[in-house]
Amino acid sequence: MDFGQTAVDLARFQFAFTISAHIIFPAFSIGLASFLAVLNALWLWRRDPVYLRLFDYWKTIFAVVFGMGVVSGIVMSYQFGTNWSVFSDKVGPVIGPLMGYEVLSAFFLEAGFLGIMLFGRARVGDRLHMAATAIVALGTLASAFWILSVNSWMQTPAGYSINEVGQFVPEDWWAIVFNPSFPYRLVHMVLAAYLTTAFVVGAVGAWHLLRSPGSRGAAVMFSMAMWMALIVTPLQIYAGDEHGINTLEHQPAKVAAMEGHYEGHPNGGAPLILFGLPDDEAGVVRWKVEIPYLSNLILTHSLTKPLPGLNDFPPEDRPKAALIFWTFRIMVAIGFAMLAVGLWAAWARWKGRLYTDRWLHRAALAMGPSGFLAVLCGWITTEVGRQPFTVYGVLRTTDSVAPLAAEAVGASLLAFIVVYFFVFGSGTFYVLRLMAKRPKDRVDVEEIGPTRSAGITPIAGHPQLGDRIVPGE
Amino acid sequence: MLFDLAHIWAALIAFAVLSYVILDGFDLGIGILFPLLRNRQDRHLAMNTIAPVWDGNETWLVLGGGGLFAVFPLAYAVVMPALYPLIIVMLLGLIFRGVAFEFVHRTRRMQAFWEWGFAVGSLVAAVAQGLALGALVQGIAVEGRAFAGGTWDWLTPFSALTALALLAGYALLGATWLILKTEGAPQRRALALARPLAPGFVGLIGAVSLATVFVRPEYMERWFGWPMMLVSLGMPLLVLGLVWALWTGLQRGLSARPFLATLGLFILSYIGLGISFFPHIVPPAMTITEAAAPDSSLHFLLVGAVVLIPMILAYTSYSYWVFRGKVRPEDGYH
Repeated sequence: MDFGQTAVDLARFQFAFTISAHIIFPAFSIGLASFLAVLNALWLWRRDPVYLRLFDYWKTIFAVVFGMGVVSGIVMSYQFGTNWSVFSDKVGPVIGPLMGYEVLSAFFLEAGFLGIMLFGRARVGDRLHMAATAIVALGTLASAFWILSVNSWMQTPAGYSINEVGQFVPEDWWAIVFNPSFPYRLVHMVLAAYLTTAFVVGAVGAWHLLRSPGSRGAAVMFSMAMWMALIVTPLQIYAGDEHGINTLEHQPAKVAAMEGHYEGHPNGGAPLILFGLPDDEAGVVRWKVEIPYLSNLILTHSLTKPLPGLNDFPPEDRPKAALIFWTFRIMVAIGFAMLAVGLWAAWARWKGRLYTDRWLHRAALAMGPSGFLAVLCGWITTEVGRQPFTVYGVLRTTDSVAPLAAEAVGASLLAFIVVYFFVFGSGTFYVLRLMAKRPKDRVDVEEIGPTRSAGITPIAGHPQLGDRIVPGE
Repeated sequence: MLFDLAHIWAALIAFAVLSYVILDGFDLGIGILFPLLRNRQDRHLAMNTIAPVWDGNETWLVLGGGGLFAVFPLAYAVVMPALYPLIIVMLLGLIFRGVAFEFVHRTRRMQAFWEWGFAVGSLVAAVAQGLALGALVQGIAVEGRAFAGGTWDWLTPFSALTALALLAGYALLGATWLILKTEGAPQRRALALARPLAPGFVGLIGAVSLATVFVRPEYMERWFGWPMMLVSLGMPLLVLGLVWALWTGLQRGLSARPFLATLGLFILSYIGLGISFFPHIVPPAMTITEAAAPDSSLHFLLVGAVVLIPMILAYTSYSYWVFRGKVRPEDGYH
């Protein structure tokens, strides 16, 4: 089962596959944890039962998604050792402690309070339950902080020396944690997680508004999601631009590959290639459509500053352009589509049509999975763009792999593929089925049952309160 | 030096792995016993006893693996390729059992499938861990800074014996946990399961201890050298005391005693393994000091660990406290 590939290719594919499957879940659960904390806070503050119903609705989805995130994450903590043992030996002293901090400050926090958040409202009371919910949200963000520090260090290593057995030895932890690309990557990823969640929530809201116009739960979630789209998308586009400029400074070859620039532009004037087919063998982009000077303007904020091309780097140090030229463009296109939906929704809201504009709802529904696609494309861009190194410029991928037979790596890869598609495919199906259920418009005391607090039916006697909205409200 | 950073970390990693073994031990044990429970209602009741805590329990495994990566990267880099198929199979088993907690409540048509996934996933993970334990005790071939053995080195009669012992131990932990957390008919069922498991587990601990001496004679020297001799002589007394507590607890149908006695037996066995291993982290040749990361790594993470680990223990205990007491069928968490 070596698929005619070398162990290093199979190990790369296995890491790419398991991490891509994994990132789907945190990209959603980071945003969803914060959303749940906000919903719960709104319920406690306003005592409007619609927020409690939405909390319970999304809580069930969160539990399924979080569970899948946990089990696919355990796999990641062992991928380094099983397939990249030489990398682990050499780089463990630097990135290992960062991941240790992720476990100690984030994973335990999430796991410790998740049970209380999901099942404990009646046992601990509203205040502690709110604290637990906020702590889970905080834990997801702490996790993002540490793991993005690890990844950023591999992109822009700093604060280390190398000892006599070839290990990276930490010299300055501040420089390691806050390495040059970390702040940009952290902001870009956390905003991406928030946008991913906003568009999923928006799509679910839109779906139920399309199917049962006037559902208040659907209206509230759709409205909240569209506020997020309007406010966060411009921030994300700005953060992405800053991140790109930071990458140009530290990883110019990656940017050249993303832009499809084989030849350098020593006197500036680099065009923005909108579309084309990069041919890494020939070193040209075929069938290209380009806008003169625009790439120079975006990346250097000048028409004449020099921009390097891939040919300015030794052939053995170049990333391949064919894939990331496209993943980068898909990500950017999705970003602008998100901006368009956010602006459209703001216009509809101003005109009083937010809950009735069916074409807006259809567009929001279509954009539901867009965040996941953008996150995956963004990660492929930055990770493939780091090649042929694991630690950029210092440790080559071919010098990082474990001394395993290709058959062993191929067999485990096959097992992961079969199990992941089956298990996470089923999980995704269950999540979609939960989303297809309409959020309840009444507080059903019978169904809420004994695990919830008895204090959540303050509107007894007014069962219809808050059930329906007037269209155009 | 016994109290340098490397040995402090060895103790902390050992603590993390022990925490994993006893906490996920009863989790996995419930999965192993799953097909032997009376009916679907009892099975879901058993799952509900651990639903709020299983995720935290498995986080200790991430700390064990991640911690090893951070502070003993060389040991991590050698052990993972050596146990490659076991680690992969264990991870796949943990995936099936982990998602089952939610999935069984999300589908009717496939419910039985995910119940079997929970049971088989738990069984597979436990067996893989038991085989890995045996393989480690036997020793791992190292050349330079890498694993130098074959893909199937871990598969021996000895590792099969340790796998059987761990399986019985996890099952007993699971059964005694259910005795603690349930009442009435489900509790009687758990008692009936625990009664034959208890002597089985104790017998297997004895068999593994005996076999260990033949597998690696130097372990014997560590046990009977001075001053370890004092421990070696005291240990059988402690084991006897715990076996007595376990047995009387089961005979009288006490709630908490069988579980606590089984925990005690796990902790003693673990200390015994620790004595055999020391000063090595990967027998037969790699020592704790050799495998340790540079002091700057050990120091940086230790600063956080001394603050965070007590906090983790505090809020994990709090979470167990919140969900204390017997779990009843009507408490359905879903």
